[in-house]
Amino acid sequence: MARKLRTRGNHEVVLNRSAGGDAGITFVLTLFGIVMFLPMYYTIIQSLKPLNELFYFPPRFYVTHPTLDNFADLFNLMGDSWVPFSRYIFNTVLISVGGTFGNLVLSSLCAYALAKIDFPGAKGFFWIIQKSLMFSATVTGIVNFITLSVLGWIDTYLAIIVPAWCSTLGLYLMKQFMESNVSTEVLESARLDGATELRTFWSIAMPMVKPAWLTLIIYSFQGLWNSGASTFIYSEQLKTLNYAISQITNGTIARSGASAAATVVMMIVPILVFVISQSNIIETMGSSGMKD
Amino acid sequence: MAKKEKQVKPLHEMTKSERTWFLIKRNKTAYFMIAPFMILFFIFTIIPVFLSLVLSLTSFNMLQWPKFVFLDNYVTLFLDDDLFITALKNTLIFAAVTGPASYIISFVVAWFINELPPKIRAVVTLVFYAPSIAGNVYLIWTTIFSSDSYGLMNGFLLQMGVIDSPILFFQNAKFVMPLCIAVALWTSLGTSFLAFIAGLQGINKSLFEAGAIDGIKNRWQELWYITLPSMKPQLMFGAIMSITGSFNFGGIVTALAGNPSVDYVAYTLTHHLEEYQNNRWEVGYASAISFLLFLMMIGMNVVITKLIAKLGD
Repeated sequence: MARKLRTRGNHEVVLNRSAGGDAGITFVLTLFGIVMFLPMYYTIIQSLKPLNELFYFPPRFYVTHPTLDNFADLFNLMGDSWVPFSRYIFNTVLISVGGTFGNLVLSSLCAYALAKIDFPGAKGFFWIIQKSLMFSATVTGIVNFITLSVLGWIDTYLAIIVPAWCSTLGLYLMKQFMESNVSTEVLESARLDGATELRTFWSIAMPMVKPAWLTLIIYSFQGLWNSGASTFIYSEQLKTLNYAISQITNGTIARSGASAAATVVMMIVPILVFVISQSNIIETMGSSGMKD
Repeated sequence: MAKKEKQVKPLHEMTKSERTWFLIKRNKTAYFMIAPFMILFFIFTIIPVFLSLVLSLTSFNMLQWPKFVFLDNYVTLFLDDDLFITALKNTLIFAAVTGPASYIISFVVAWFINELPPKIRAVVTLVFYAPSIAGNVYLIWTTIFSSDSYGLMNGFLLQMGVIDSPILFFQNAKFVMPLCIAVALWTSLGTSFLAFIAGLQGINKSLFEAGAIDGIKNRWQELWYITLPSMKPQLMFGAIMSITGSFNFGGIVTALAGNPSVDYVAYTLTHHLEEYQNNRWEVGYASAISFLLFLMMIGMNVVITKLIAKLGD
């Protein structure tokens, strides 16, 4: 019995789809989508409202005279504090770049060895890494504070940057991706030709896993970019953008424009990065599955 | 190099430990490659778990040497600390609601958008995923549910005549927990969501065709008999991401409802932990809380992944 086969979108063969089901799904998706999107949209609208429009009753979902004053206010509001707003941006960028770079280098070296070299203990190491995805940094915070104090890194950038180097999610994704996308035969033949392990890693494996390192960069960067008031840093001049913004937001409604502007500044970077790299991230996630 | 290898016995003649040692020596590079990551990983993640267990058996204020008190901290937590019980209860409610809900929503949305044309799918993915990566965008909810009439919700309700005076949403014990859960869910379509999208895309299309020929009648049957079993590895990974995330919403609660929230209605273990660690410097006691949190996360993850592993077998 041949059933109805039709094609849709991506030239996929789609089977057994009822029109009612399609309509229902579209309806639910639209509804959900609106709920997800409205707060984001409202943030942007708020950030563009001049002061008098912020005080309209009832509040409006659109802006009549859009202005960038709120963004300028960000710098003025923070002007009261002796640390200039640009310093918070600098701190956040430095932490994000430094942490991400180290994480990328250490993780790809480690992922390659775990995925493509058969050495005693490889499975055990990976098992521990998998298990570490099961608990969050809250659990390790206390001891890390002590460790960082002993190292003398409290209240320095290092307290945020170095622990970020060994964040495991990126390593996990990269190892899984290497396993399914880098052919062992190619590596073997390179080794037979006398290439060292480091050379095979750098000139053969790494170019084949671009989506994975892009994903790792994005994950690491997002995490660090959004890192807030840390218990590891007290000095005002070393604090992050997220912290500075949370200070603005604690104000009254008159500040809600500036606060929304700050949020827009915060969110624009991760969202742009995701838009550019979405297809690579999804490709990486294709091998993210856990086998046991 | 070549000279050395000549003196080595063939692999099958070696004893097990000789062979392991030989393989270790031969793969020296591998150990050098994992060393930098692994050393930091042990220092900042693995050792802290064990040390927090050790510290949890002590009374320690960071100034004097820790004093061994055996299980005193745990006894106090469960028998003599009402706030801990409140925090434990709230954390469990939070995890029990947001974990499964975010997992299911992530999957359902990923499944719904799976058959959309690629361009539209990319846009819809962004709409659903954006709240989870957009920094502290959840702060907008404090404006939406602001306690004066300039807040969106109060403005709307006042205009509709449902209420005569603004509701103090985040100061009202009735609203705090549900609102925090809703906002947490709003930000929770993260890594597992992307993993599900990728997993669904990766399923071999011929399976569906074969299924149709074998008599699968509609998309629900297809979901149950083909889709879910084919993406078990992603379901497993997604579960871990969702569960671990579901214990981690303390930051959102603080941002929305303050800490402590009114009547401690949304006071979680993270808050209790921070209180003892940062304000009271009772590090032993805080360690006990963090070790319990660790056990809860690992326990929940192990149980759920075991269940998923059984799915469809």
